[in-house]
Amino acid sequence: MTQYFWQYGTLGALSLLGVGFVAFAFGANRVMRPRKPRPEKYTTYECGVDPVGEGWSQTQIRYYIFAFLFVIFDVESVFLFPFATVFEKFSRSGLVVTEMIVFVLILAVGLLYAWKKKVLEWL
Amino acid sequence: MIFYHFFSNPWAVFALKLAAVFIFFLTAPLVLGYVEHKGLAHMQSRLGPMEAGRFHGWAQLIADGVKFIQKEDIVPDAADRRIFMLAPMIVIIPVSLVFLVIPFGPAAVSCHAPAGTGGCGFWGENFDVGIFFVLAISAISVIGMLMAGWASANKFSLIGAIRGAAQLIAYELPLVLAASAVAMQAGTLSLVGIGDAQKAYWFVFPQIAGFIIFVIASLAELSRPPFDMPIADSEIIFGHMTEYTGIRFGLFLLSEYAGIVSLSAIAVVLYLGAWHGFIVPWIPGPIWTLAKIGALSFLVIWLRATYPRLREDQLQKMAWKYLIPIALVNILLTMIFKVVF
Repeated sequence: MTQYFWQYGTLGALSLLGVGFVAFAFGANRVMRPRKPRPEKYTTYECGVDPVGEGWSQTQIRYYIFAFLFVIFDVESVFLFPFATVFEKFSRSGLVVTEMIVFVLILAVGLLYAWKKKVLEWL
Repeated sequence: MIFYHFFSNPWAVFALKLAAVFIFFLTAPLVLGYVEHKGLAHMQSRLGPMEAGRFHGWAQLIADGVKFIQKEDIVPDAADRRIFMLAPMIVIIPVSLVFLVIPFGPAAVSCHAPAGTGGCGFWGENFDVGIFFVLAISAISVIGMLMAGWASANKFSLIGAIRGAAQLIAYELPLVLAASAVAMQAGTLSLVGIGDAQKAYWFVFPQIAGFIIFVIASLAELSRPPFDMPIADSEIIFGHMTEYTGIRFGLFLLSEYAGIVSLSAIAVVLYLGAWHGFIVPWIPGPIWTLAKIGALSFLVIWLRATYPRLREDQLQKMAWKYLIPIALVNILLTMIFKVVF
């Protein structure tokens, strides 16, 4: 338990160190930078022409179905990792491995179905 | 005796770990950046930087850093100010955390780490869930990328950020599936454990398909050429980094190079035998690890000079129709291999 706290304590301290580093960089920049504002500097850069319309224009998000597939397979991998560490202990009977193979195959069939339905085309 | 006292103080070890990890995180990307400047230049029959530091421009990256710090900070009027300013931080911190768990090798002499400090060796921490931790942490950077792209209020930035997110979604899966096959091979998730398990043979031999998938997917995760569509300069200026200047842009660059080093290091630990050497095994483990990380990082740079950029639809097709099915087959074969032998 002590080890657990030491390990994740180091992780927390390192993230704080990262925040400190970024804050230091920004702070140093604040002290050393010139400030010569001109209106042109603060326009949005789009090919050197004045931008037309808003930057937050509606964009077609083409990959939301990919996102569904991603969630499915990512959850699969969450199951795979604990399985990976222990399956050898139970592998004598082959039953555990067979179950995992069935699990992976079901998801693979899902991917095949998506493929067949032409979901995987980026248009 | 002094060393004994030093290492038996958990706070001293704690401070040493933080310092070592952070210094490595700050210096390794600079070295790699310099190698990229010079290597790419010579591959294209140029000289590259020659002035800074007198000798072959060795101080070029330091000079760049000093320049970035002194530059005016420009936030476009249209931008979502606070998000825009914070995005580089969200990108860079996760990258620095990965270096905490990279094992460079076991300690040559038995150290006297007190119980509860996590053993000893040349690594920051040996998490039980090491590989899982790395994959989870390194995926956070994309949030910073989306923040940068959205907050810039620039159409090209937004397209770049969305491409980046789609790319991460597509290539995270081959990466994770390939890594889980390695976890099966080793029977542990701890990176130190995976390194130990390669004493007899490197995992690149049984897992050659996994290794190739892992390297391709890491290139895509880092948006390095030939997978640099999110920052394709000939199409969308510079993607999510278009509106950034000065130190904020510098932090984005630093995180890119740190990302190359960290993912190369993970690939070395998972596949290339970590600290186990060959032919000349008396060279210490950490030097082997560093040499292998350097070689793999150089490959990443080399690929930039070799391959043209893919198209966005080709990128998605490659992940979903080739890499993921192959990675699934690789997992099944690894399971069967482990059970039968």
